[in-house]
Amino acid sequence: MKEDKLVIGNHEFDSRFILGSGKYSLDLIDAAVKHAGAQIITLALRRTTTDDAANILDYIPEGITLLPNTSGARTAEEAVRIAKLSRELGCGDFVKVEVIHDSKYLLPDNYETIKATEMLAKEGFIVMPYMYPDLNAARDLVNAGASAIMPLGAPIGSNKGLCTKDFIQILIDEIDLPIIVDAGIGKPSQACEAMEMGAAAVMANTAIATAGDIPAMAGAFKHAIEAGRTAYLAGLGRVIEKGGSASSPLTGFLKN
Amino acid sequence: MTVNGEAKKLSGDSVVLADFLVQEGYKQGRIAVEHNGRIVPKGEYGQVVLSDSDTLEVVTFVGGG
Amino acid sequence: MSERIDEHTDHMKYTDDMQAIDHDIMDRVIAEMDAYDADVYTAADVKAALAAEECSVENFKALLSPAALPFLEEIAQKAQKETRKHFGNSVMLFTPLYIANYCENYCIYCGFNCHNKIKRAKLNAQEIEKEMKTIAETGLEEILILTGESPKNSSVEYIGEACKIARKYFKVVGLEVYPMDSKDYAYLHECGADFVTVFQETYNSDKYKTLHLGGRKRIFPYRFNAQERAIMGGIRGVGFAALLGLDDFRKDALATGMHAYLLQRKYPHAEIAFSCPRLRPIINNDKINPKDVHEPQLLQIICAYRIFMPFASITISSRECARFRDNIIQIAATKISAGVNVGIGGHTGEEKGDEQFEIDDGRGVDEIYQMIEKNGMQPVMSDYIYV
Repeated sequence: MKEDKLVIGNHEFDSRFILGSGKYSLDLIDAAVKHAGAQIITLALRRTTTDDAANILDYIPEGITLLPNTSGARTAEEAVRIAKLSRELGCGDFVKVEVIHDSKYLLPDNYETIKATEMLAKEGFIVMPYMYPDLNAARDLVNAGASAIMPLGAPIGSNKGLCTKDFIQILIDEIDLPIIVDAGIGKPSQACEAMEMGAAAVMANTAIATAGDIPAMAGAFKHAIEAGRTAYLAGLGRVIEKGGSASSPLTGFLKN
Repeated sequence: MTVNGEAKKLSGDSVVLADFLVQEGYKQGRIAVEHNGRIVPKGEYGQVVLSDSDTLEVVTFVGGG
Repeated sequence: MSERIDEHTDHMKYTDDMQAIDHDIMDRVIAEMDAYDADVYTAADVKAALAAEECSVENFKALLSPAALPFLEEIAQKAQKETRKHFGNSVMLFTPLYIANYCENYCIYCGFNCHNKIKRAKLNAQEIEKEMKTIAETGLEEILILTGESPKNSSVEYIGEACKIARKYFKVVGLEVYPMDSKDYAYLHECGADFVTVFQETYNSDKYKTLHLGGRKRIFPYRFNAQERAIMGGIRGVGFAALLGLDDFRKDALATGMHAYLLQRKYPHAEIAFSCPRLRPIINNDKINPKDVHEPQLLQIICAYRIFMPFASITISSRECARFRDNIIQIAATKISAGVNVGIGGHTGEEKGDEQFEIDDGRGVDEIYQMIEKNGMQPVMSDYIYV
């Protein structure tokens, strides 16, 4: 079998599992990353304190690509500001654009996200926008210079699964960039389903952070994502619906 | 001076940013600094002179999804 | 002044007076076509294509392969399902109007080619108006304006005038004229045209150069990129076709589909149409025929287009016989010409110039209309608004 790489902005990855690092303790991160087999981990940017609190960067294993998000941004301009501060921390050009000004459902604002994507792509960032799966918005993101598109399966943290399945499928079919399902994935089976559909990768955080055994759940997701990817590449078999065949065949009129 | 939203008194005139960060105990390799809305490249920490009317944001990575 | 193009001219190189645009789509289409080996596909591939919810490029290739022929009935069933899903039972009617048959190209299979001794003519504004008025009286609301390919004799301004007249009598104005630059398409759009069809004839550029021995048409990429330039000029919909029988028809059908597919991905707002012409005898050469593209193969191609791009308009030419046309509109085609005359000025009885090829189905608008209704379909004259 030929090599199957996830390519984002000229960077190649073997793993198709993007792991979030929120909502669980730092000393579990290393084990979670290793069990997940993840090569990309997301981070957020916050004001720091001067005490001796441990820093997350000290807990992330070597060689992992950091994907800072712009959480907290309510407008494109704020997202750009956060992204630039993140880059100043010297951890690469990747950024997951996240613009939210809805505190109840935490749904992304596609319009502001497109604007932020355009500004950041021009600044040389590898931009991975988190978005509501709308085909027109996705096309605008492509034109704005995105390197991958990250549609949500369900609201952040809801663990509800692929509520937007049909619309994500449209993005997979129509958009030439990697489609990475982000947010809402609650179970390994849902991650597997997203991969079977042809998603390029899955991002998960809450599902793992809220599991009884965090590293074990990270491992379960890894296997589910790999299984889904393999199934997609293998080509899903389907039973042809026979039904009743037409009483008068459509091709009876033909002459050779 | 305002640092991360909190008032802070400078120890004297012409305090340089680099010294201020050391005094305050920030982990130099783990932060990014915005001075009056402008991101300060690490190489310029020694040249930025702080005054009491300044606003400083000092940020770092935390867990996030 | 445009340079003279003859059989020694490099057919892959734009001349200085041609608008050159990005050639990404052309490169990809040619690469896909070159890599396509229709014989490697098996019955299993065809079954997978029939079962697929969304037709992939690989599925499309399988549907066009010889392995698909034994599954023609299943393919037709699936195509019909897709057609019904997207178009219901409606069938659009239109008629072509040839306003001039001057041509500067030397295409060896075409009745209009500049070395073929036929009667040449061009309708003036009064004659165009008279023809259009006559056509409009039959109830048709869509017209396709055609010329031979002579920018000298049928200038952009001349075509523009025809479009302006057409807007008075018809709701939909399409063009099938020589390829031009974006600014010219923009001008014709202003004059009222909203659809542009250009036949690539064959996508095999090596074959192409042996068939197109002179004139601007010889320049392969300029013709290939006509649809994209039309979209850039603000034209709403574009039509594609290979003239089936000129070369390996499976490869040409694949390339036609890929061309439309890639352009639609790049310009998602563009409306897509296919035509499926087979070679026909012409004046002074009744030996020309569609070779190995028999009716089953033609049906296979049309159904494959339908399944690959279920939302596309597919036109069935009057080159085909009434029996084939009556059936294909119930399966996969969505647009049919009626009251067709491919000579110059033939609608008002006094033909000034000879025809491009022989038609087979000469039925008038009323007859076609009734035929559609009789088959339980709904004839539609126009479903479109010019904005």
